[in-house]
Amino acid sequence: MRNPELTRSANPATNWCMAYGSHFRHRALLALPLMGALAMAGCISVNAPDKPIVIELNINIKQEVVYRLAQDANATIETHPDIF
Amino acid sequence: MATLSMRKSFAALAATGLLLSAIAVPATAQNRDPAYAAARAAGQVGEKMDGYLGYVTPAAPALRAVVEDINIKRKALYAEKAQANKATVEEYALTSGCLLIAQTKPGEKYQAPDGSWQTRGNGPPLRDSRCP
Repeated sequence: MRNPELTRSANPATNWCMAYGSHFRHRALLALPLMGALAMAGCISVNAPDKPIVIELNINIKQEVVYRLAQDANATIETHPDIF
Repeated sequence: MATLSMRKSFAALAATGLLLSAIAVPATAQNRDPAYAAARAAGQVGEKMDGYLGYVTPAAPALRAVVEDINIKRKALYAEKAQANKATVEEYALTSGCLLIAQTKPGEKYQAPDGSWQTRGNGPPLRDSRCP
């Protein structure tokens, strides 16, 4: 690929790509809104749920962790009756 | 009056064969701070899902001090036990919250998974789906 800077002052279009490539690029740009419209047609509309949204506190805490800790936590509660 | 009816219900529990829990529960109640025990019985404070106490109704500064003190002690205990069990403080606290809500007595307040305060009835409480 030649540097376009070097050919600008003299003969700019020395091959097909140089002569018409930019036109094709413009055409691709013109086609963008159309492509966008096609993409929008594929969108899914989401409606708000009827039921109240349940707050899931600490969603990252796994059930298996809770099960693993349950026995120890129960013993902790039993041995500290003043704060539970 | 409340304690009298509670004693009666404990006696009924013992009569139905749940002798062990009937002995353990009055011992627990005796160790609680009287202000906390009264507020808990009156439904002013309840057990939250996260393993700490929460205010169901706006609390007076004296009660607030007692509850905050308990929550600080709970957090320290959760942190210590979580480290021993290679878990996070939040994981250990949530697990404790599950158990504490399950252990509430009828009439006491607890936080349901939707965040609302509920009064414990005779049936099982509304708990997080991850609770054991």
